[in-house]
Amino acid sequence: MYAQLIKTARSGIKAPEDMSPDERAFQDRIDRGEKIEPQDWMPDDYRATLIRQIGQHAHSEVVGQLPEGNWITRAPTLERKAILLAKVQDEAGHGLYLYSAAETLGESRDELIRLLHEGRMKYSSIFNYPTLNWADIGAVGWLVDGAAIVNQVALQRTSYGPYSRAMVRICKEESFHARQGYSAIMAMAFGTPEQKRMAQDAVNRLWFPAIMMFGPSDGESVHSEQSMAWKIKVKSNDELRQQFVDQTIPQIEYLGLDLPDPGIRWNEKRGHYDFSDPDWSEFFNVIKGNGPCNVDRMQNRVKAWEDGAWVRDGLMAHARKKSAAPAAAE
Amino acid sequence: MSNEWPLWEVFIRGQHGMSHRHVGSLHAPDAQMAVKNARDVYTRRNEGVSIWVVEARHIAASSPEEKGPLYDPSQSKVYRHPTFFDIPEDVGSM
Repeated sequence: MYAQLIKTARSGIKAPEDMSPDERAFQDRIDRGEKIEPQDWMPDDYRATLIRQIGQHAHSEVVGQLPEGNWITRAPTLERKAILLAKVQDEAGHGLYLYSAAETLGESRDELIRLLHEGRMKYSSIFNYPTLNWADIGAVGWLVDGAAIVNQVALQRTSYGPYSRAMVRICKEESFHARQGYSAIMAMAFGTPEQKRMAQDAVNRLWFPAIMMFGPSDGESVHSEQSMAWKIKVKSNDELRQQFVDQTIPQIEYLGLDLPDPGIRWNEKRGHYDFSDPDWSEFFNVIKGNGPCNVDRMQNRVKAWEDGAWVRDGLMAHARKKSAAPAAAE
Repeated sequence: MSNEWPLWEVFIRGQHGMSHRHVGSLHAPDAQMAVKNARDVYTRRNEGVSIWVVEARHIAASSPEEKGPLYDPSQSKVYRHPTFFDIPEDVGSM
């Protein structure tokens, strides 16, 4: 998941008669369901859009470690601590898969990281909300990773081969993330009244930020059309959001918690749950950098990058010295 | 100086969307010839849509003796598997 508001370099879709022969052949391959691979010809805008989307996705995985890492030292039991540590480690791995997929398009990882640190690339808005207590960690695994799974399962069918294969691998690992979160929140919802109150509070606070993860409504999402035609995106924001809401409400009810939105009710005619729109002005405000934790998250990212520089440089210097040594001895 | 052609490892993408998989190796004087040879040796029955070759000396591999230290630690981390967590069936697949 974790790619919201991806701007395609062009708005609207080209009609087949306006396409160059290369572009038409490319679109035909996409329409036949073929995957595009790094060495294949692709339109510049397809490449640029993918770099932005995969890059943003990778950044989200990496920045997403921060709100959860916040609780590793304070997990309530050794077992929960080991589980959380394993989950955060997975997120680092997911970032690595995705940066590698982006690099197949000719953009370097260092460059993507530079753009993130300069505020010129985004990551998912959800990670700019704080994790205030242990119930939030359960809720993040269950709701945030749950939303990510809905998005990423769809993206397994994305048209770019390396991205699609990274998604397959990530989805296999995400199930652990959602289940450990639900298991942690179950322990609280079925625990003492105070624990149950904490679980309810976490769901109340994280519900709307979680459903914002799918990005703005289809009507507002001006860049979706071309991405859908290229099968960079395979389902619309609203479709994915509905799917997430439908699967999550029975999970909230099972916990015996109140629904976090009075607008939620089953719609027999649609065969889906109705629910209230999140406050989109809040979403755009968080995306712009004014969420509760934006500044903190970026400071921590940049600090980690800068503090690690001597290790990266030192190991590279050592490797260069070693590879130069045999030549010098000859 | 030996004129024996170097060894290349061959990777084939079986069908669109799949990863390349190692299928075997062959000798060839250069990369271009290695691809051509791989096409003849490994895809005579339409086994692939894409070929990668890498000169074998460029492949770094883990050593079998290190098996214990490399892989044993993950055996105790059973919680990395989703089935470690008992999730009631009523809440749907997760």
